[in-house]
Amino acid sequence: MRPLLLYAALCLSPLVCAPTLAAPAREPLTVAIGYLGYRPDPGPLLSNVIPEPEDAGLQGAQLAIADSDTTGRFLQHDYQLTARDAQSPEQLAAAAKALHEAGLRLFVVNAPTQSLRQLADAMPDSLLFNAGSADDALRTSLCLPNVLHTLPSRAMLADALAQFLAVRQWNRWLLIVGQRPEDRAYAETLRRAAKRFGHRVIAEKAWSFDNDQRRSAQAEMPLFTKGGDYDVVLVADEHGDFGEYVPYHTWLPRPVAGTQGLTPTGWHKTVETYGAAQLQRRFETQAGRWMNDRDFAAWIAVRSIAAAVTQLGRADPTAIRALSLSDDLPLDGFKGRKLGYRPWNGQLRQPIPLVHPRALVSNSPQDGFLHPVSELDTLGYDAPESRCRLSESIR
Amino acid sequence: MRTALFVPLALLLVSGPALAATAYVSNEKDNNLSVIDLDRLETVGTIDVGMRPRGLALSADNRLLYICASDSDTVQVMDLATRKIIKQLPSGADPEQFALHPNDQWLYISNEDDALVTVVDVNKEEVRAQIDVGVEPEGMAVSPDGKWAVNTSETTNMLHWIDTATNTLVDNTLVDQRPRHVEFSKDGSTLWASSEIGGTVAVVDVATRQILKKLKFEIKGVHPDKVQPVGVKLTADGEYAFVALGPANHIAVVDANTYEVLDYLLVGRRVWHMAFNPDESLLLATNGVSGDVSVIDVDDLKVTRSIKVGRYPWGVVVTP
Repeated sequence: MRPLLLYAALCLSPLVCAPTLAAPAREPLTVAIGYLGYRPDPGPLLSNVIPEPEDAGLQGAQLAIADSDTTGRFLQHDYQLTARDAQSPEQLAAAAKALHEAGLRLFVVNAPTQSLRQLADAMPDSLLFNAGSADDALRTSLCLPNVLHTLPSRAMLADALAQFLAVRQWNRWLLIVGQRPEDRAYAETLRRAAKRFGHRVIAEKAWSFDNDQRRSAQAEMPLFTKGGDYDVVLVADEHGDFGEYVPYHTWLPRPVAGTQGLTPTGWHKTVETYGAAQLQRRFETQAGRWMNDRDFAAWIAVRSIAAAVTQLGRADPTAIRALSLSDDLPLDGFKGRKLGYRPWNGQLRQPIPLVHPRALVSNSPQDGFLHPVSELDTLGYDAPESRCRLSESIR
Repeated sequence: MRTALFVPLALLLVSGPALAATAYVSNEKDNNLSVIDLDRLETVGTIDVGMRPRGLALSADNRLLYICASDSDTVQVMDLATRKIIKQLPSGADPEQFALHPNDQWLYISNEDDALVTVVDVNKEEVRAQIDVGVEPEGMAVSPDGKWAVNTSETTNMLHWIDTATNTLVDNTLVDQRPRHVEFSKDGSTLWASSEIGGTVAVVDVATRQILKKLKFEIKGVHPDKVQPVGVKLTADGEYAFVALGPANHIAVVDANTYEVLDYLLVGRRVWHMAFNPDESLLLATNGVSGDVSVIDVDDLKVTRSIKVGRYPWGVVVTP
């Protein structure tokens, strides 16, 4: 009793006092994290009524720094973010080089696959978190050894949607595919998901119009979606060129899903359970807008680093990588269960919300889709389907 | 425990059913409380309160009910005799859980959105102190001797030890991911802290504030990720600890002396918080998703009934 009172009297600030009484004495530690952003200009979009936020990703990383500093101040761990936004891949590489030379070894990257590969190759001694590319090749064949992925892959999104459609027994799909390579990649994962979960693509149509659907959808879309008896229309239009104008204009009165309509995503405003409401509120206070999937990917990337540093007591990228790929780093992502990285390809396992613009419709994995290890692994490429073996390189 | 059973029975004979123990359950999405008659084990009414009611606490004499109305940013005080809100305390923003000091006067409130613990004097209706803690403060408990107030912060993953004499934070205990609820043993020697995402309950030695034991739970047929401990209740005789396991839809029964998990009781969906009836023969548990309250017979360790309440029942307290 007596030493405690004495202690309380001497103790003026928790910052100074906390570590003295906490279990092991801790060394002050600065954890420097770099944020590297490069989003290529998508070019003119035909439906550009509601623009995407330009700081998507960055705001998530910044919030995670603030969140992590709260644990940090009790442990004398100081998290710092240095953010660089680039206008070209060359600029991005130069920015990364400068941060690397300044001693940074932990990065959150919000950039296309090509740039991510370049950075991973250029900084083999660093750990990179991919918060910008949903490319399945990164998770199945490219297998960058020093990269973990927090953004869900396209296959995870497609599987999440296909499970829900299986529960609803909407098995006959009309698939509409946009003109960009990303759209074709999205369509490819939808075809794969259809096969995995017992659906049939009864017809597939390539969207080749180049006019603005705002004024002509009512005249054109019904005819375009004519053909066969489908239960649901699947749209692959990642940039939102035409997909927003498919709902309510289909030949048959059917729901629309995919990149528009009912949409699988890593995060959305309407996610509110399991403490998510608090995260949303913190984010909105900071950013003045809603948190999106890339914000979440960047947020959980920084939170992963912080959770590992709290456990390890150091910020060594190799140790953080090894811990992340083990079973011993449960992560809290406000998604109703603990999250963790797949040991084979470094992809963050996570439930996928299915949303429409103003409501959460469902959350996948759906009940009844079983898996011997984790039901979350029914989404995306499972170990036997991927060539990656990241955790085997840990000595 | 057995002998205690006769007391309310005797009272019942003298004064009729008006004295039946009553449970109050906060319905998070209905902005009201469900009132349960514990003799009939039925919902007998609802009382409208502020927005998003969650944490509930009783005054020492059981006359006043404190209600965290999270979205109204206030703690409401209800006179249970009239069931009227008699005052609204300055709680700070978004109060979620709280604990009343044994002096019946200081209310320790966690302000989830502001990373603060607010201490309110319930008689003077004024804020005594605000203490910086970690992000998303949640669980709150005051030790039986009144010396410690302990708060959990869900994103910072710590137990924050506040000296109630000075209202300063003097120590922190790092626990597993998303600490959700804390409960002192009746003798004040141990503190039980549940970690929802970590899937564990830490039993902490109050004297040293070090973890004595970390409990893990394993339920046949339930995926480990769904085992998410939330509410914890300890019997007054020191025999059992009950741990609500959230979406695992079970309550773990733990031997409070050996820390051995004795049994898992199947309850409703997403079980949150619990309360005993006055003689501790019954335990009530709120099930958020299924919108009901499970009734557990403490002697037999069996779930005997479920009582329909409102949408997203969260907190529960019982008056004699």
